[in-house]
Amino acid sequence: MEVFVEQGELMQQGADLPSNVECRRLCVDREQWLQTVQTLSSSAARLLSLWGADDRDRDGCFRIYAAWLLPASVLVLEHPIDDGGLGAATAPSYPGLARFFPSARRMQRALHDLLGVVAEEQERDERGWLRHGGWPDNLYPLRRDADGHQSYPVVSAAYPFVTVQGDGVHEIAVGPVHAGTIEPGHFRFSVVGEKMLRLEERLGYTHKGVARRFQELTQLEGHRLAARLSGDSAVAFSWAYCAALESVTTTPCPGRATLLRALALEHERMANHLGDIGAIGNDAGFAFGFTQFSRLKEDLLRANRSVFGARYLMDYVLPGGVAADLPQNAHSTLLNVYRDLEAGVLAMRAIYGEHAGLRDRLHETGRLGREIAEQMGALGLPARASGVACDLRADHPWAPYDKLLQKLSDKAPLWPITHPDGDVAARVQVRFDELLQCLELCRVLLEEISSPALSGPAQRSVQAALPAAAPYRLGMGLIEGWRGPVMVALETGTDGAIRRCHAHDSSWQNWPLLEYAILGNIVPDFPLINKSFNLSYSGQDG
Amino acid sequence: MRMISFIWQFGEVALAVAIAPLFAGWIAQCRAWMQNRSAPPLTLPYRVLGKLFRKDAALATDASGLFRTTPYILFGTMVLAAAIIPSLATDLPFARAADAIALIGLFATARVFLSLAAMDVGTPFGSMGARREMMIGFLAEPALLMVLFNAFLLYRTTALPSLVDGYATHHQGMDPSVIFAAVAFLMVLLAENGRIPIDNPATHLELTMIHEAMLLEYSARHLALVEWASSLKLLNYACIGFALFVPWGIATHGAMPGLDGAAMLLIAILALGVKLVFSGALLALIESLSAKLRLFRAPEYLATAFLVAVLGLLAHLLLGANVHG
Repeated sequence: MEVFVEQGELMQQGADLPSNVECRRLCVDREQWLQTVQTLSSSAARLLSLWGADDRDRDGCFRIYAAWLLPASVLVLEHPIDDGGLGAATAPSYPGLARFFPSARRMQRALHDLLGVVAEEQERDERGWLRHGGWPDNLYPLRRDADGHQSYPVVSAAYPFVTVQGDGVHEIAVGPVHAGTIEPGHFRFSVVGEKMLRLEERLGYTHKGVARRFQELTQLEGHRLAARLSGDSAVAFSWAYCAALESVTTTPCPGRATLLRALALEHERMANHLGDIGAIGNDAGFAFGFTQFSRLKEDLLRANRSVFGARYLMDYVLPGGVAADLPQNAHSTLLNVYRDLEAGVLAMRAIYGEHAGLRDRLHETGRLGREIAEQMGALGLPARASGVACDLRADHPWAPYDKLLQKLSDKAPLWPITHPDGDVAARVQVRFDELLQCLELCRVLLEEISSPALSGPAQRSVQAALPAAAPYRLGMGLIEGWRGPVMVALETGTDGAIRRCHAHDSSWQNWPLLEYAILGNIVPDFPLINKSFNLSYSGQDG
Repeated sequence: MRMISFIWQFGEVALAVAIAPLFAGWIAQCRAWMQNRSAPPLTLPYRVLGKLFRKDAALATDASGLFRTTPYILFGTMVLAAAIIPSLATDLPFARAADAIALIGLFATARVFLSLAAMDVGTPFGSMGARREMMIGFLAEPALLMVLFNAFLLYRTTALPSLVDGYATHHQGMDPSVIFAAVAFLMVLLAENGRIPIDNPATHLELTMIHEAMLLEYSARHLALVEWASSLKLLNYACIGFALFVPWGIATHGAMPGLDGAAMLLIAILALGVKLVFSGALLALIESLSAKLRLFRAPEYLATAFLVAVLGLLAHLLLGANVHG
C-alpha cells in the first residue's frame, strides 16, 4: 500500500488518460481512494466532477470516477466497487467526498439517484436531488438492467427543507414556476422582514435523462446531444464531447478547424456576456442597458448566422472538426462586427460605471468572499470575480489556446481576468473585461485563420475522418465555456456505440455558492444576485 | 347647482376614465423610444383591458369576499377621486366635496383595501407586496401633506378648486417654494404609482415587486379593473400636479367672462391634453434615466421628498412671505 504524500508523486502513478489537456488516470481501491482524497484536500486541487458507471456486465463492479483540477494537470480517480452480489441487502457504497470537497454533496446525491450507489458520510443527505418522483424508488436509470423507455406515474414525494427557527422568521417559497419565462428552480428563503437568513435551492426540474440517452446514440451522434444539454453553451459542450472522442481515437482535429472552434467558443462567450450584462441592468430596473445590450447581442448573433450558419452555433462543432469553413467575405464582415461591438461595449461600460443608481445597486450586493469561493471549490466566472484566478485557457491550455497567449497584444488584459470584490459589480466588471479580451482574441484568431500557412488546399480541410474507436476506452474533453469549465467523459462501447458519457457543467460547483452570496442581503436583491451568477439549470439537471 | 354643471361633471369623470389607459400607453411608448426600442401601439392598454374583460376569472380557493370586491372598491375610489380633482374646471358639483387632504385619505383607503386583498389569499408574494406597499405609503403620505401645506401657505386653502382659482386671481410670478413643492410632488408621484426608481411596473421578478406582487392572484375582469384603477390613479396624480403647479387652462370660477362655457371647456381639454403629453414624456425620461433603488433606499428617497417639501415651506416663509403679505 503506497501512501501518497506529494502531488507530484501522485501524478506519476497511473496512466495517461486520452484528453485535450494533460490528464492522468489512477485506479484505486478503497484505502487508496480515501488516502488520495485526503491528500488532494490539503493541496490546491479543485473537484471537477463525480460520476459513476455500471460495469456489472463486464466485471461485476460499479465504477466511481472523480476528476480533480490540479495546478498543471487533471487527475481522474477510478474506484471499482463490488455490488455486493445480487439481491444484497445494502446498496453498494463508496467513501464520500463531501467532508473534504463540499461541492461533492449534490453530485453524490445525484449519483445515488441515477446509479443507486451510496456515499458513506457522517450525516448523509438522503433526499433525492435529480429524482423528483418521476420513477420508482427501486429503479436506477443508469443501471444497465433499467429499461429507459417505460413511463411511470409521477409521485411527488415530500422534500423537507431545512427550517430556521426564531422570532419573526418566516419562509418564502419561489418557483419552480416563476412569474417570468425562465428556467425552473425552487428557492426556499428563510427571512426576517426583508433580510435573507438562509436560502436553500432545489434543482432537478429539468432532468431529461441525458446520460441515459447518450447510451442509445452512436459516437458520431453524441455531439448533438451534448450541444443541447445547455443550449447557451452549445459550442463548449460539443467541443468537449468531440475532444474526448478525438482523444480516444487519437485523431487530431485539423489546425484550421481548431482555430474555427476557438473562434466559435469566443463568440459564444461574447454573446452570453452581452446578454448577461444587459439582463443584470434590467434586473436593477435599468431598461436602457437591457435594450442596448440586446441590440449588441443581436448584431453578434446575426454575424454568427452569416459566418457560422447558426445564430447560437448549434452543431457547428462536429467530431473531427467543424461543420463548415468561413465563407469568402467573413474576414472583413467579422472585423466590422468587432469594431462596432467594441465601440458599443466601451460606451456601455462607461455608462454602467458612472450611473449612480446602478452603481448603488451593484456594489456590495451579493458578496462572495474569496475564502468561501475557495473552500467551496468555485469554478469559472464567479470564482474569478471573487479573486480566484482560474481559467482553463490559461491553466490547462489546449490547442489552439496553448499558442495564443503570446499573440494577444498589449491592448487586451491577459487571462485569467479576476476581480477582488466578489460582488455583483465585480461579476459585471469581469464580464466587461472578458468581452474586450474576447474581441482581441477573435482578431488574433482571424489573423491566424487567414495566415498563408493555413491557406493551402490541404490545410483548408476543416473535418478529419474519425476511425472506429476501440471499445471500453475512456476519453476526457475539458473546455472553458463562458460559465466555467465544461467536462465530458466518454467511454466507448462496441461497434461505435457510447457505453457511458458524463457531461458536467461548472454550475454544479457554483449553485451552492449562491446560497452564501445572498447571506445578509435583502429579498428584492436576490434576482439581481442570481442573474449575476446566471448558472445553468439545464446543464446541472442533466 | 345647474343641470349643466352636472353634465360637465359627468363628462369630466368619463373623460378621465377613458383616457387613463391612453396616458399609460403614452408613457410606455415614450419609454420605448427613449430606450431605442420600437414602441407598442398607444392603444395597447385598451386591448389588454378588452382581453381581460372577455376572460373568465379564476379565484384562489381561499379568496374571501374582500378579495373579490376590492377591484370594484379600487376602481370606485379612483373614479370618485377623478370627480373631486379639478382637471378641467373648478366650478363643478363634486369639486368642492373634499379638499386635498381628504383626497389623500381616499387614496389611502384604496391602498388599505388592496393590501388587505393581497394578504387575503395568503400567498407569500401577496403579503410581501402588501407590507412593502404599506411601508412606501406611510412614508409618502407625510411628504405629500407637506407639498399641500406649501400650497396652503400660498393661497390659504387646501381645497384644490380654490387653489386653482387663487392662482388665476392673484398670480404674481413664481414663488420659490413652488419649485421645491413640485420636485417633492414628482418624487411622491413616482413612489405612489409604483414607478421606477421605487418599483418597476415592467418587471417579471416576483421577489422585487411591490405593486405587481399584490396583483399576482388577480385575473380577468378583476385584474382589468385593478389595472385600470392603477392607470386612473396615475392620471389623478398627474391632474393634482397640474392643479397645484401648472393650472393654466383649467376653467375657473368666474374667469374669462367673455367666453362661454363650451369654449372654456374646449380650452381646458386642449390644455389638459398638452400637459399630459409633456408630463408623460417627462415621466418616461425619468424612468429611462434611473435604475430602481434598493428597497431599503426607499425611506431615504421619501425622506428626501419630505425634506424638499419642508425646504419649500421655509423658502416661502423666508423669501416669499412678504410677497403675499
